[in-house]
Amino acid sequence: MTVLEVNNIETYYGAIQALRGISLHVDEGEIVTLIGSNGAGKSTTLKSISGLAKVKTGTIQYKGKEITNKPPHQTTILGMAHVPEGRRIFSNLTVKENLLMGAFSVKGKDVIQERMEQVFTHFPKLKERLNQKGGTMSGGEQQMLAIGRALMMNPELLMLDEPSMGLAPIIVEQIFEIILHLNSSGITILLVEQNAYQALSIAHRGYVIQNGEIVLSGKGSDLVENDEIKEAYLA
Amino acid sequence: MLQEILQSLPQVLVDGLTLGAVYAVVALGYTMVYGILQLINFAHGEVFMSGAFIGTAFFILIMGMGWASAIPQFILLIIVLILTASITGLVGVGLERVAYRPLRNAPRLIPLITAIGISFILQDVVRFIAELFNGNYIVTGPSLFSEQITLKASAISSIFYDARFKTSFLIVLGVAIILMVALDYFVNKTKWGTAMRAVALDRETASLMSINVNKVISITFFIGSALGGATGVLFAVQYGTIDPYIGFILGLKAFIAAVLGGIGNIRGAMVGGMLLGLMEMFASANLSLLTGGVFGAEYKDVFAFAILILVLIFKPEGLLGKPTAEKV
Repeated sequence: MTVLEVNNIETYYGAIQALRGISLHVDEGEIVTLIGSNGAGKSTTLKSISGLAKVKTGTIQYKGKEITNKPPHQTTILGMAHVPEGRRIFSNLTVKENLLMGAFSVKGKDVIQERMEQVFTHFPKLKERLNQKGGTMSGGEQQMLAIGRALMMNPELLMLDEPSMGLAPIIVEQIFEIILHLNSSGITILLVEQNAYQALSIAHRGYVIQNGEIVLSGKGSDLVENDEIKEAYLA
Repeated sequence: MLQEILQSLPQVLVDGLTLGAVYAVVALGYTMVYGILQLINFAHGEVFMSGAFIGTAFFILIMGMGWASAIPQFILLIIVLILTASITGLVGVGLERVAYRPLRNAPRLIPLITAIGISFILQDVVRFIAELFNGNYIVTGPSLFSEQITLKASAISSIFYDARFKTSFLIVLGVAIILMVALDYFVNKTKWGTAMRAVALDRETASLMSINVNKVISITFFIGSALGGATGVLFAVQYGTIDPYIGFILGLKAFIAAVLGGIGNIRGAMVGGMLLGLMEMFASANLSLLTGGVFGAEYKDVFAFAILILVLIFKPEGLLGKPTAEKV
């Protein structure tokens, strides 16, 4: 089943065109990655999907439901979570408060508590840091909090924007393991990465974006072997 | 000289705390809106003033009904406070919706000028209505809580003189403190309060948490304006006579209090308001004494603004505002 269907979208920042007709789809249970260099339009694609950026033309459907240009608080409530670039932890809120914000639309204290326990099984460190301010943690811990916060929404589709950015290789390794683990537990994943090799090696399928256009797509394993990609991103 | 300062100290403390509590609650309105929108809502002083008028109107209306004399004054005050706070809260929500939201992405100077424009509009609307019903825009409300209380400070130590004040001082101080404690609880312990802090820190990311940012901003304006209006009622109770221009200087001073405590910081606004009230009353009692008669009590306002300038020079982030350490 198709979870997400993006159809020929164009997005502008003022007069500057960031996306020139992006189409992609994500099926249930997949890890799909969107790779490309800085400024290619990866983040803008995610922002257009979640509603942070306004789409000028084209359509976006989530599980068959039209969500084009719906505001983020309406798209995310449908079961898609967007972990933004740079983690964007609420720095002055405690770890616990950050997690509770993830569960903002969730009714019932028991459900929230249960989900928090689940997040702790993925990220035991967060439990130790529960009352610490989010902004005082290390980059890796903040990334884990950002993902944990998104998991509080119990998403069916998790969209991650450069989760490996600025992190030590060993932490990046951990993050990718967690992504695989989350996927095997049933969460569909749309992963935006500059770290092309690692992203493609865990993804079922991948799209390569350049200057706001999809220039290549295919199976993750095929793209890793692709000469053009090797030259452009993996060298 | 020191002896004279000490003698007047109990009275300065009583007056200062009461005035400071008024500043503090009004300052909350400035600081909450600034925290969430980085907008200095200069119309907030006028929301306070509107509250004073609406409250006085309710007092006159309710006390004009014969059976109302049976209601204890305190119950009457609570009813009027709730009614007035609800109305000014809605006024604040309306202002944001009509005047500020369309300018959300405009350069910051534009909503600031809009806010000043709204102040003038509110002043004139209130003046018009007051003249229509009262014949005069200066309105005197019924006298409430006017029994004199004497605080026997001289019994503690012979250094002090007794402090004298009306019961209304205690009412103002008590209600203001209850309002501040309630707000502090709301902001720090409840879900919507936490959402408010999240929106203030990062509006985009908050929206990704399924938080309706516009709703949070409306709630912020409602609470800030409701507090402002309630303080207006307290002011009217304490001073009796009000006019449509009381919001200007009081609003400015509450703004100073907010800056003093660190604008955007809620506890800072409380501390800043109390401090400013105390310092102002201290200056009012002792300026002429300290300067050998060169500056009289009427210079207390200059004193307040001098404090603002000093804070801006030496601690621009305010007493409790600290530049947040953020890791990227």
